[in-house]
Amino acid sequence: MSSLAATPSASTSPNYFQARFGVDHALVARCLAAALSAGGDFAELYFESVTSSSIGIDEGIVKSASQGHSMGCGVRVLSGERTGYSYTDSLEEERLIHAAKTAALIASGPAKQQVVPFVETQVHDLYPVIGLDAEIREKLALVQRADKAARAYDSRITQVRAGFNDEVRHIFIAASDGTWAADTQPLSRFSVFVIAKGADGVTTRGSGGGGGRVRLDYYTTERTPEHYAHQAARQAILQLDAVAAPAGEMEVVLGPGWPGVLIHEAVGHGLEADFNRKKQSAFAGLMGERVATDKVTVVDNGTIANRRGSLNVDDEGTPTRNNVLIEKGILRQYMSDKLSAKVLGLQSTGSGRRESYACVPMPRMTNTYMLAGEDDPTDILRSVKRGLYAVNFSGGSVDITNGKFVFAASEAYLIEDGKVTAPVKGAMLIGDGATALKHVSMVGHDLALDEGIGTCGKRGQGVPVGVGMPTVKLDKMTVGGTGN
Amino acid sequence: MATTKQVKLALVQEIVDRALHAGATDAEAVVVEGDEFSTKVRLGQVETLTESTSRAIGLRVFHGLRTASTSTNDLSEESLKRLVSGAVELARITEEDPFAGLPDASEYATVRNADGLHIYFEDVYKLAAAERIELARAAEAAAMAADVRIQNSDGGTFSASTSYKAMANSRGFAGEYRKSYCSIGVTAIAQDASGMQRDGWSSGARTLTKLESPEAVGQEAAKRAVRRLGARRVKTQKASVVFSREIARGIIGDIFNAVNGDAIYRHASMFEDKLGEQIASPLVTVVDDGTMMLEPMLGGFGTLPFDGDGLPMQRKVIVDKGVLQTYVTNTYTARKLGVKSTGNASRGLAGAPGIGAGNFYLQAGTQTPREIIAEVQNGLYVTEVLGSGVNLVTGDYSQGAAGLWIENGEFTGAVEEITIAGNLKDMYRNIVAVGNDLIFRGASASPCFRVEGMTIAGA
Repeated sequence: MSSLAATPSASTSPNYFQARFGVDHALVARCLAAALSAGGDFAELYFESVTSSSIGIDEGIVKSASQGHSMGCGVRVLSGERTGYSYTDSLEEERLIHAAKTAALIASGPAKQQVVPFVETQVHDLYPVIGLDAEIREKLALVQRADKAARAYDSRITQVRAGFNDEVRHIFIAASDGTWAADTQPLSRFSVFVIAKGADGVTTRGSGGGGGRVRLDYYTTERTPEHYAHQAARQAILQLDAVAAPAGEMEVVLGPGWPGVLIHEAVGHGLEADFNRKKQSAFAGLMGERVATDKVTVVDNGTIANRRGSLNVDDEGTPTRNNVLIEKGILRQYMSDKLSAKVLGLQSTGSGRRESYACVPMPRMTNTYMLAGEDDPTDILRSVKRGLYAVNFSGGSVDITNGKFVFAASEAYLIEDGKVTAPVKGAMLIGDGATALKHVSMVGHDLALDEGIGTCGKRGQGVPVGVGMPTVKLDKMTVGGTGN
Repeated sequence: MATTKQVKLALVQEIVDRALHAGATDAEAVVVEGDEFSTKVRLGQVETLTESTSRAIGLRVFHGLRTASTSTNDLSEESLKRLVSGAVELARITEEDPFAGLPDASEYATVRNADGLHIYFEDVYKLAAAERIELARAAEAAAMAADVRIQNSDGGTFSASTSYKAMANSRGFAGEYRKSYCSIGVTAIAQDASGMQRDGWSSGARTLTKLESPEAVGQEAAKRAVRRLGARRVKTQKASVVFSREIARGIIGDIFNAVNGDAIYRHASMFEDKLGEQIASPLVTVVDDGTMMLEPMLGGFGTLPFDGDGLPMQRKVIVDKGVLQTYVTNTYTARKLGVKSTGNASRGLAGAPGIGAGNFYLQAGTQTPREIIAEVQNGLYVTEVLGSGVNLVTGDYSQGAAGLWIENGEFTGAVEEITIAGNLKDMYRNIVAVGNDLIFRGASASPCFRVEGMTIAGA
């Protein structure tokens, strides 16, 4: 089986772009000079080559298989806080220079002295360097196993779709501030969707999935196709008996793992430095102040091995870090890219990310989670007289200006007199980031990260991220539903 | 320009031929090419300026009843060879699907280009960069000048894009079209003692001459941001809900998703087995029209000469006075359901075609929005929904919301941090009033309407 893109001749990415496209030191220098030719004060070249493949089983048939290759170079020029950007999907010198001169137009004036000598960035080693070449039949076997396991779970499962997607992304960043950084980033994701039909004709759906920057054997050792299939099937079957979610303000317990999307929405976006330097965030001006109870510590950590949200180096060539955002309830740090860091007089926190070479980088999250506390999860549930226990979500969103966020529960239960009772459907949680975390009264010792399915959208750009939290109790939150 | 087109169409035809030579029994190739320009002016200064062109090619092959697809934006000879060989090899490892395959040649569009559709206008890309920046700047300035409570903004924007698509297949289809789009937008941030709120407005068109003025766009953005200031919460209750046309559009769009042939054959839709049945109020007539002209010399935003399978776009009434008339299908789902395709195939660069709408809308009613609001004793006018709480299998609907509260037929101020919940099947039946304010600002549109009996959750 041949791959659509050629195998790199060397494992590190500067060599990849040099070997395949002749992108050498001299060419990079000529392009940066062209980018600064109109007086910009920073210029950057971002080379990217992504090969991807996907395979899907549907109605018991291996219906789809695809491969793709996308490559290009984005040229960015900064002049003060202004950004000029142009990209090209051809890496020939003529096209690169043209893109550089287009981006240069953001500035106006004579060319400035350029370029700091390049220093190769020392990057982390958080994930394997792999190719897509071999294993298409192995991937096929995995999705077939998931299909079989989902069908076998319960006779009421009527439809199963399982898929496996993976990509290898080579990046190389060179900039006039001396940045010279490269990375090879594998990413894969397993997904299972099912439909269940009950005796009374009620139809429900369920989904499961996960992945990360892992080798293929992750899916036979750490997380099996059966695991993902059971996640999806269990959710759908459970929903067959679900009652309408209650409506109104009540106590809410969030389970460990994916419910950490609360953290992502309630405070994560509001702590991205671009919104704050422009004073557009509800958190602007709150540095050093209390934004949560002292049980709440939140980090954004791009350095966890093999995680979906992790990166050896961000998309501006800065190594990622473990950034403490909120420490025992006190706001400590924003997440920053180079531009916001410069404006705010700070250092980049390694949070400059972009969807692809066609996109301008922005401050973005990596893996954002709340650290574990000391409470026993069973005590947390026992403390609730009447409330909602939400253990899985389909996603969330936030308006960072006023801090209002929502997220939709895909698996949730009523809590009555300290006991978890009926499953509920259609529960939507809504809150206000600046106050929600002030209602956190108990934090479990059971921190978990999500399975590796999250994609965060901002200004139309999607990037893979992780979330997490321990079991957490909020004394007050609004639940939207149709029940009583 | 004509010579460029010829090359593109010739290239896709050549790729189809190469795939057949490599062992495919059928093949379909597509080339997409685009120019993009966008700029954002914030607080009077240019914040970003992006300009680029791109092009890429996608291939779908069949090996009997097996299929696979590949794509690349590297158009070097070496890469095109891999595009073809990769697809053909990949198709051998998939399994036979009795419904897979290209449409029959007899079904193709007779019109295979956009002549007469008026979806491409040269002016969009002829405007000089300085003038484009000036449009963005003027829009932001108008928002900032409109109200003293607007001292910040997320910028005025102007963007322009043109794109070209050519498609060919081994059954003799070859088609191409070019289209253009431009827009002016502003996101205004209003602030007073109660806090900060943002809202925005934008105008998009196929030609510069149909854009709203930057002043009008800016003033509307300002008005919308300011009216959200001082928003409060309301108590949990059941009440009437009036959906503004911007939000109504999404709720009517859910009808399209629920009559999607893919969801129907998977038994994953609340409208399965509902053809010919009353699924909505008699006030509800929903149309999907991929052939629509907005004016004699101006095509609709969803108007194209052919769909993603190469079939002609069509006009069909999906819901007629509340009665479900048809599902929407592409070639594959039509075969699954034993019907003819409704010409709703949508094809990106990679993969099998999905299902997409043409111009999809709820037909206008007779009441003005003012009259509809005046009839509400106690209820919510929704201007924003947040989140993804719509389940098209069960119809369960639960969304975060913000808007204006209505008492005795009048607005009494902004509300936020509430949710609205119901079931779409009930909501469509409980549409008791439809506005006369239908206007196409994009490919889908709806007038405002009122729904009775939704649950609002708040304090």
